Amino acid sequence: MEASKQEEAAAGGKQGGGGACCRGRDARAVESSRKESKVVVPVVHDDAEAETEPCVIAVDDSSVDRALVTALLRRSKYRVTAVDSGKRALEILGSEPNVSMIITDYWMPEMTGYDLLKKVKESSELKQIPVVIMSSENVPTRITRCLEEGAEDFLLKPVRPADISRITTRMLLH
Amino acid sequence: MRNLRLSSHSRRAALGDRGRRAHPDEVVAVGGYLDEQFCQVEDLQDDASPNFTEEVVTLFFKDSARLISNIEQALEKYPKDFSRWDAYMQQLKGSCSSIGASRMKSECMSFRDCCGQGNPEGCMRSFQKVKREHGALRQKLEAYFQLVRQAGPAGAATRPV
Repeated sequence: MEASKQEEAAAGGKQGGGGACCRGRDARAVESSRKESKVVVPVVHDDAEAETEPCVIAVDDSSVDRALVTALLRRSKYRVTAVDSGKRALEILGSEPNVSMIITDYWMPEMTGYDLLKKVKESSELKQIPVVIMSSENVPTRITRCLEEGAEDFLLKPVRPADISRITTRMLLH
Repeated sequence: MRNLRLSSHSRRAALGDRGRRAHPDEVVAVGGYLDEQFCQVEDLQDDASPNFTEEVVTLFFKDSARLISNIEQALEKYPKDFSRWDAYMQQLKGSCSSIGASRMKSECMSFRDCCGQGNPEGCMRSFQKVKREHGALRQKLEAYFQLVRQAGPAGAATRPV
């Protein structure tokens, strides 16, 4: 297996807010690393093949949770772009075609997952994209509010493989 | 490709088994430092990401050190700002939950309870416990990954059934 360690900064952590789209690459999100760790290794596909693969945008200000949800989605064969803020997610959405889903943490600084959900659903270009909210807290009013705003699902963290299976199965049925 | 999963025996040794018989599914829970979520993290490791678990743990300690530092500063600079203290601890608790750091998560919850009660002394005591658990967890996991590295391809992974 090819083991090139090229970074993509698909998930930029607190400092950067990076988020490069994975054009031409397999579904791996790479944390921009400082000293300690590099997560994930890209595998190169043809550009044409990569762009036809469904792309998921994962949004979470926690680098740990970004890594985990990215790995879970990768298991389901999704191409993943992981970013650390709603603002960055909107930037990516403006340039990335073929986004099949947004999965976002609820509680993030500056722009919450709910704020991001609202912006997506208010946009004529983006409103068809399913949005899944994740949260570590089970707050019924929060869940209801998100679902009423058009969220596809609301997952409690830590997210499990069964959660990803459920939402991806539902998306296939759409 | 080197398989970094430890046999159940080695994992118990690394995480501090006190000699009790562990059902294979309970191996990682020995000592209570980690719960089943840690197994879920390990299950995401594969040939394409052979060091995934250690990388996630590294991210956790990087994040948690920052959050603990933030809380420490907040306790000093913003006395009785329970809302601020709680917000930081909520983030830390979330990270603990994500990697299965159950004991540390429990102390985080105690801290948040004290915030809810408006109990600054309780918060201070809880915070010291959070820091102790953080240090202990770091030691345990460093030992664990040391074993993983030493185990090599021959040593591993009988995956717990």
